[in-house]
Amino acid sequence: MPEPSVFHSRTAQLCTSHRWKDWGGYYAVCSYDMSPEPEYQAFRHSAGLIDVSPLFKYEIAGPDAAAFLSRLTVKDATKLRVGRVTYLCWCDDDGKVIDDGTLSRLGEEHFRLTAAEPSLHWLASVSRGFRVTIEDSSARLGTLALQGPESRRILERVTDVDLAALKFFRVAAGTLAGVPVWISRTGYTGDLGYEIWVGRDGAERVYDAITEAGRGHGLLPAGLDALDVARIEAGFVMNGVDYFSAHHCLTESRKSSPFELGLGWTVQLDRGPFVGQAALAREKQRGPRRAFVGLDVSWAQLEEVFARYGLPPELSLHAWRDGRPVYDGEERWIGQATSGAWSPTLKKNLALALLPAGHAATGTPVRCEVTAEYRRHTVAARVVKPPFFDPERKRA
Amino acid sequence: MGKRYDAIVVGGGHNGLICAAYLAKAGRDVLVLEKRDLLGGAAATEELYPGFHFSTCSYVVSLFRPSILRELQLARHGMQLLPLETSFTPLAGDPGLCRWPDPQRSRREISRFSARDAEVYPEFSLAMTKMAQLARSIVDAPAPDPTSWNPRELARLLRLGNQLRRGGAEVMDLNLKLLTMSAVDFLERWFESDVLKAPMAVSGIIGTYLGVRSPGTAYVLLHHYMGEIDGAFRSWGYSKGGTGGVSLACARAAESHGAEIRTGAAVERVLVDNGRARGVVLAGGDELSARTVVSSCDPRLTFLGLVGARHFDESFVAAIERYKLRGSSGKVNLAVDRLPEFFGREGTAHLRGDIAIAPGIDYLERAYDEAKYGDFSKRPYINVVIPSLLDPSVAPPGKHIISMFVQYAPYHLAEGAEHWPEKREAFGDAVVDTLAEYCPGLEESILFRHVLTPWDLEKEYGLSEGNIFQGELSLDQLLFQRPAAGWSRYRTPVRNLWTCGSGTHPGGGIMGASGQLAAAALLESGEL
Repeated sequence: MPEPSVFHSRTAQLCTSHRWKDWGGYYAVCSYDMSPEPEYQAFRHSAGLIDVSPLFKYEIAGPDAAAFLSRLTVKDATKLRVGRVTYLCWCDDDGKVIDDGTLSRLGEEHFRLTAAEPSLHWLASVSRGFRVTIEDSSARLGTLALQGPESRRILERVTDVDLAALKFFRVAAGTLAGVPVWISRTGYTGDLGYEIWVGRDGAERVYDAITEAGRGHGLLPAGLDALDVARIEAGFVMNGVDYFSAHHCLTESRKSSPFELGLGWTVQLDRGPFVGQAALAREKQRGPRRAFVGLDVSWAQLEEVFARYGLPPELSLHAWRDGRPVYDGEERWIGQATSGAWSPTLKKNLALALLPAGHAATGTPVRCEVTAEYRRHTVAARVVKPPFFDPERKRA
Repeated sequence: MGKRYDAIVVGGGHNGLICAAYLAKAGRDVLVLEKRDLLGGAAATEELYPGFHFSTCSYVVSLFRPSILRELQLARHGMQLLPLETSFTPLAGDPGLCRWPDPQRSRREISRFSARDAEVYPEFSLAMTKMAQLARSIVDAPAPDPTSWNPRELARLLRLGNQLRRGGAEVMDLNLKLLTMSAVDFLERWFESDVLKAPMAVSGIIGTYLGVRSPGTAYVLLHHYMGEIDGAFRSWGYSKGGTGGVSLACARAAESHGAEIRTGAAVERVLVDNGRARGVVLAGGDELSARTVVSSCDPRLTFLGLVGARHFDESFVAAIERYKLRGSSGKVNLAVDRLPEFFGREGTAHLRGDIAIAPGIDYLERAYDEAKYGDFSKRPYINVVIPSLLDPSVAPPGKHIISMFVQYAPYHLAEGAEHWPEKREAFGDAVVDTLAEYCPGLEESILFRHVLTPWDLEKEYGLSEGNIFQGELSLDQLLFQRPAAGWSRYRTPVRNLWTCGSGTHPGGGIMGASGQLAAAALLESGEL
């Protein structure tokens, strides 16, 4: 049975659809309304407030904190300045991704790492010999993501943190409705947005204050369904959907490297030893075998396939994540689309896919499987480089 | 002598019945002879107390081959497995540890004792799954025999080797460790918490006369894990109507194919002429004739009891004499008028699986210490199941059955096995006292108590030295060495005499694989 998050008293009241799921052992709202679309639209046109407390959070502190994180992850954490956030991943000895998340430097010797999965054991194992303490703060810290073009104006009304100075991927401490919080300019929607980190005790006050401030700005509580569409538009990979942690794979082919997942830019090879370094160096030299790409699925062909049965294209407003085969022009299997969605903003049928390097160049024509009237077909798709949607306001 | 059967199966336990069902299904004329008035052998359901139907001996179904269920249409004949989904380890004065089917819930429970263990737990499952995939291919086929130069055997070994290689260095390394380490050492590669390690380690000692720190016990963990994988297909669980439900379904399947089954028909000996089995002699002196005799009894009873040592080579007799039986466990069954209450736990969800009295590694090792020197453990490992919670048909409404598997109760008492009858109730008291330490008030709820010692298992159920697996499941007695090197293929040195009991490969638990594989081997041999 999942547990309630620190915001449960508020989210439960708002969740009139009763659509919940288990996220990391917590109750999480799929959508507050039966349809996720208004919540998605809020992310892109006003603002959506989503409880992301089930993210796993670790406080890493001590004189060797930066050195330890440089050993653990693919990035050199010693270079991260206080008040900055960075996105990264960490690997096993074979250079296969275990998890990904954000790393915030909250103080000279204090970092916060987020993870999709419980990671305390792995962190503790790698920390041998470093003067660090690792605390699992997942349960004591609530996290709210306030995402969308209006998010700054809403937040400005309730916090003393200087948001004008808080640039993209920065973090600052302050108060919100009198409650001490951390605010980071981060998120999983690929839009202008913030994440608010608050202790259990003040959580409900913070939730209420943001909700109150959001009146008149079109703020909606948002669930995971809307987030899933937004993150696909933003081209973000998801652990457990687009890739699987190396710790959970029964077969080698299920594992993926940062280079394959499009996270090569996070890998900093030329520095002191870190976990997976040798394998990653070899892979970089050789070139990755697969690549994570975006697919723009032909709307015309989709219409045509359905038209054969006298049907309009049937597309869900929900993102899909059940994995679908991708073929080359000769209908030979080459890889898989791992998740996808109809983009209401772009009016495009999008997918994220893992394809062999030879088929990964932008513009490469491939074919995606589509089921129409119980029968399987393929339709044309074009390889594009994610993100699909990247508004200027995200960084502005 | 009247009719000549194609095959006489000695013993109406689940393996004997499964073997008979397969032979009958293949069109053979089969007779099953069971000594007791009730079918099932150690997998029988008995109304020991009015209204209470006990799975007297074997109490859960582990690893029952799903292929048998399909091929013999056992569901149509009444077999139904109910899942045992939780695993609860009570502690005195603490809510203890309960592992649930919901991984997040288990994680939270385990993290009360160790946050790291809670996270490593799924990784351990993954590693064991990889290895069990390999092991499973072993139990679903006759054991490959490395002593043979037969090209077919070599090909099978090669396939196995290839499978091992495909698993990669990690699997190879773990396999070697599994084969040699103790259950505790193996588990300590992953876990630090005693409360988690102890109930997991016991899987390595069940039915053996070894302790959780004895080398070689790690391998038996794997057997347990195969059950977990198959768990997805629900072959691990509790049988509706008790374990006798499995046997009765097998019997109905056999009869539906024309097999004849007689109860109250004790076989005194197997008739052997010129090195060939040709029938059996019943306790009353009646002779029954058959082209083939298939014994589902354990190797010692079959070869040295029913057939007689004089029909075998000395080396074979010596191997069978050395075959380790040495039963180490007993059963205590209770009829109670209410459910037991454990500290800090409400409701019944935690009682619906198995409950392990295994509060720590040292506790288990101490229990073994007493057994080593020929006494039963005063504070034993107990595996408790409350079948009446899952299956209301076995007890009157509101009342319950508590089934307790208890280790150690060594067959060989220091003063001699024959002294078990006078120690039986003292053993029962020790078990009830132990459980009562975790659920106060247990004594007052008891309506009836039934104690089964290894001595009783031998005398009543025909299990030599009371060994529940017809021979220890230790590495030296598995695969091509079960029951003796070169004789793992159900065939015996006496022509037309075959074996199909748990004392053959793969053996152990209510699996049915021995009965199934023996029938297949016999049919394939062309001797029937």
